[in-house]
Amino acid sequence: MLYAILCYNDEDVTCAWSKEQDDAVMARLAVVQDKLTKQGRLGPVARLLPTTAATTLRKDREPPLVIDGPFAETKEQLLGFYVVDCENLEGALEVARDLGTANPGGSYEIRPVGVFRPGSVKA
Amino acid sequence: MTDIAWIDNALTSARPQAIGALLRYFRDLDTAEEAFQDACLRALKTWPQNGPPRDPAAWLIMVGRNVAIDSVRRTRKQEALPEESAISDLGDAESELADRLDSKNYRDDIMRLLFICCHPDLPATQQIALALRIVSGLTVRQIARAFLVSESAMEQRITRAKARVADANVPFETPGAVERAERLAAVAAMIYLIFNEGYSANSAEAGARAPLCEEAIRLARLLLRLFPTEPEIMGLAALLLLQSARAPARFDAQGAIVLLEDQDRTRWDRQMIAEGLALIDKAVRHRRRGPYQVQAAIAAMHARAARAEDTDWSHIDLLYAALEQLQPSPVVTLNRAVAVSKVCGPAAALAMIEPLARQLSGYFYFFGVMGGLLMQLDRNEEARVAFDRAIALAGTAAEAAHIRMHLDRLMKPAAPVPAAKAAQ
Repeated sequence: MLYAILCYNDEDVTCAWSKEQDDAVMARLAVVQDKLTKQGRLGPVARLLPTTAATTLRKDREPPLVIDGPFAETKEQLLGFYVVDCENLEGALEVARDLGTANPGGSYEIRPVGVFRPGSVKA
Repeated sequence: MTDIAWIDNALTSARPQAIGALLRYFRDLDTAEEAFQDACLRALKTWPQNGPPRDPAAWLIMVGRNVAIDSVRRTRKQEALPEESAISDLGDAESELADRLDSKNYRDDIMRLLFICCHPDLPATQQIALALRIVSGLTVRQIARAFLVSESAMEQRITRAKARVADANVPFETPGAVERAERLAAVAAMIYLIFNEGYSANSAEAGARAPLCEEAIRLARLLLRLFPTEPEIMGLAALLLLQSARAPARFDAQGAIVLLEDQDRTRWDRQMIAEGLALIDKAVRHRRRGPYQVQAAIAAMHARAARAEDTDWSHIDLLYAALEQLQPSPVVTLNRAVAVSKVCGPAAALAMIEPLARQLSGYFYFFGVMGGLLMQLDRNEEARVAFDRAIALAGTAAEAAHIRMHLDRLMKPAAPVPAAKAAQ
């Protein structure tokens, strides 16, 4: 089963990281990702730019409304996601725990993936 | 990340909101700062054991307020204070109440705090120092290092600035729409000043001053979160990001200035560029052009060019023409002349800047550009005079060295040009 691991954290905090702190977090996360890649279980990974760069299209009306900013004003923001192949929820939680040890603070939302197309965009 | 590093980050990011709210309660900057400091000390004691609170800012506001009120009571033997029921001792528990009390004031609190630092009576350097101390929470030592002055001199500067804003009676009522727009413009200008203070440095100082640029970007993002639909604030953030992206390529290994056209573009920070371009994209949709957006658009033209020769100078010329209309100034015209020289040649550019000679008679870049144009026109004697003036006006050794390199080239016209070019 494919699981999406959605990364939430307070971007006030992550934006306050120094370059060194940021690099250290990314290096620790890379270790976890490498392990998953070797097992052939890691799908797309994305780190999103700050929510100040976000735009929302409200399509519940015609014509749709374009709004500056993220979909919801929340204390923690969606900052990135992983797609990982796991046996079951317990397996996905285990991956999330590993990632969480590498990058403490905030939360991971684990969501089973319904439709998945890997796409063809190059990194 | 260690506990301490995490807590440090949480305290730093909660600081503007927390001090802003405490300032609203106590209406006194020193009391607000002390209350925040006390709350931070409590956080350092309890967070490692109890784990971080869900909302660090709310926690710090509530604890800071209680601690400060306790100490006021002790010193003044005061009994009852207003809102006693609302602030009954919640100890170290998280507070939904504080959340409710403060979230609606979030934006005005932070803006007030930033705006206090922009008081028009304060010279620019004091505005910046005050903002870095109060809003960003840099230590006096860190600020002194960035300004290349002694710690005691900086301490004095900040104390004087604080005394002045204390007398200024910044109104605490929720500002109206016009007032809010004025504050926003003043705060944006101050953030830009902080950035420039960090950016217009020579290589020897660049490392010490870099934190100013980082802080300015952090404040610009904060401002944009408070005003997510303001295209000029998008433009400001984009401008800072796009300029900052070039920082790794601005000086060579010997510390000499590397001109934009000679910079190794692979060293530019691609993530900052991506964020800057995304913000310009968003701003353009609003169709409300402003000086920050246009300047960001100019920086974006450079960021989009993979090689210097790919730069779309005629578009840059148009953007500078727009900037001249929005914000007429001889310096903008001077910058436009550089674009014109690429599009129409050095003679047209020279004709454009010659009328500025009197206004810019004390401006290093004017004589640098002038000398460069004259040199392209083979008017070497006049070029030498202009470069001499530029050296006399240079603010840093690196600037002077850069001009001297041009002079050397004029002295030795037989020297192979590619070698001289490589030295840049």
